[in-house]
Amino acid sequence: MNLSARGATVRYPGAAAEALADADLTLAAGELVAVVGPNGGGKTTLVRALLNLAPLARGSVTLNGRPIQDWRRGELARHAALVPQREDTPFSWRVSELVGFGRYARRGPLEAMGADDTAAVERALTRCDVAEFRERRIETLSGGEWQRVRIARALAQEPRLLVLDEPTASLDLGHEMELFELVRRLVADGLAALVVTHDLNLAARYADRMLLLDGGRIAASGPPEAVMQAELLSRVFRWPVAVMPLVGGPPQVLALRPGQDRPRYS
Amino acid sequence: MKAILILALLAALACLAGLALGAVPMSPRAIVAALLSPDAPGAAIVRDLRAPRVVLAFVVGGSLGVSGAALQALVRNPLADPYLLGISGGAGLAAVVAIALGFGGAWGVPAAAFLGGLGAIALVYRLSAVAGRRLDPHILVLAGVVVSAFTGALISAVLTLSPAEQLRNAFLWLLGGFTSASWSTVMVFAVYAVLPLLLLLGSARALDLLSLGEEPAQSLGLDALRARRVVYLSTSLLTAASVAVCGVVGFVGLVAPHALRGLLGPLHRRLLPAVFLASGAFLVLADAAARTAARPIELPVGVVTALVGVPLFAVLLRRTLR
Repeated sequence: MNLSARGATVRYPGAAAEALADADLTLAAGELVAVVGPNGGGKTTLVRALLNLAPLARGSVTLNGRPIQDWRRGELARHAALVPQREDTPFSWRVSELVGFGRYARRGPLEAMGADDTAAVERALTRCDVAEFRERRIETLSGGEWQRVRIARALAQEPRLLVLDEPTASLDLGHEMELFELVRRLVADGLAALVVTHDLNLAARYADRMLLLDGGRIAASGPPEAVMQAELLSRVFRWPVAVMPLVGGPPQVLALRPGQDRPRYS
Repeated sequence: MKAILILALLAALACLAGLALGAVPMSPRAIVAALLSPDAPGAAIVRDLRAPRVVLAFVVGGSLGVSGAALQALVRNPLADPYLLGISGGAGLAAVVAIALGFGGAWGVPAAAFLGGLGAIALVYRLSAVAGRRLDPHILVLAGVVVSAFTGALISAVLTLSPAEQLRNAFLWLLGGFTSASWSTVMVFAVYAVLPLLLLLGSARALDLLSLGEEPAQSLGLDALRARRVVYLSTSLLTAASVAVCGVVGFVGLVAPHALRGLLGPLHRRLLPAVFLASGAFLVLADAAARTAARPIELPVGVVTALVGVPLFAVLLRRTLR
């Protein structure tokens, strides 16, 4: 599995500016890359460009060396799975049905679920710790359960690449940690993962590399130490921050209250 | 599977009731005798008048029901229905124009209605795009109602400008109902309806995914653009064929999908066949009620479906807006 973007540029119809400009990125199996940046920085647009959900105005995206727009949807879905930022459906699906949709691209249009489909769904349910919810209707799930079910659906696709767009946006501290731990385990098993997140500190702790997007452009990328720079982050987020190392770990960021906080490290 | 068998049984009973009720009430035994032998007493009534009428009402009902269920997944709104989205109105307008211009043959009216239905749904989409929220389900229903009002106004204009003979034809057709049902109307309808029905049944899994939204559907491997196009064309064709043979009948696409989703769950592979049977039975019974409620006067069947559909719409509206 090898995903690569070179100068990827997206301009939405009618928009004055490019939502994503000249983005470069590589991602291989066993790697976790976190995409961070301010609201409207182009994070979701990058995800769309990588998965051929938004057309490229310039540049290229290739998966395993083949241009992304040459992949048929079904073929792409067997390699790459997305957990979109938001999704809502008017119908009251059961958890097992929703996770079963992950098998869509692996069955013929009229073919029923086979033994390997059922097995993949079961593995995904167990992996995300939602097997006990199998028969529940989705509207009865909590925010954390719903996110885990959607990740289970993505895993049921048996992808090589997993893309999560702000998966922890509505999760509490415990669920947030659980989710990152899960992604890290999946990556250890050979998956490639791209996680869009607002949590810089978790990104720095879990990701192999970080990508900082600002105004549609890459402001910085590299290992967490390279991106977690106080001056850089203060400029990009337009707010003073201090960066200090976690004991024996990666740098962590703290937003400052002007005139109140006096950081010891900077 | 069990649910389908029970529904098939109920549908058969509804058809039997449709055959029994009318100006000359007949017993089930007499109906069976008439169906078996052309010489039985009342055979002509059953075989030439009531049977084609019941069959037509059943397949039209089933088609409108399946269209409703498919549109609900497509626009991700349980309030969608060919009538509420303006497709029926557009089809009606084009059909009235065809009749007024004298092209109103048995085959021409459905073709005109199809073009009208497609035009209407394109306009509905245009209007909701103007609002900048193309996929907002509530805006879409609002746009559908606006287009329906617009086509209603144009229908009045066409009728006013039509010469007397065409006016009468168009007006009779507009009142709707299955009064003029015959085996040849059943034939015309079948020719237009079989392919889109099969396409929709074959799209069951695509409809499951479409109901999740475009991005989730695509990332799960669905060619959403193509699937959407198939559903639009198929539902427009089914609606147009229905409007062509029985006028504008509303709300049929709302009742059965709603009730059956609660019972069977939303998976379209299971839902669509069940909706076909239940909606068919519903329209057969509605037609029987329209024939008998104000005897000897026959009510337009759309009156009966509206009397059932509007209260249900109110219930659904409350649920979706909550």
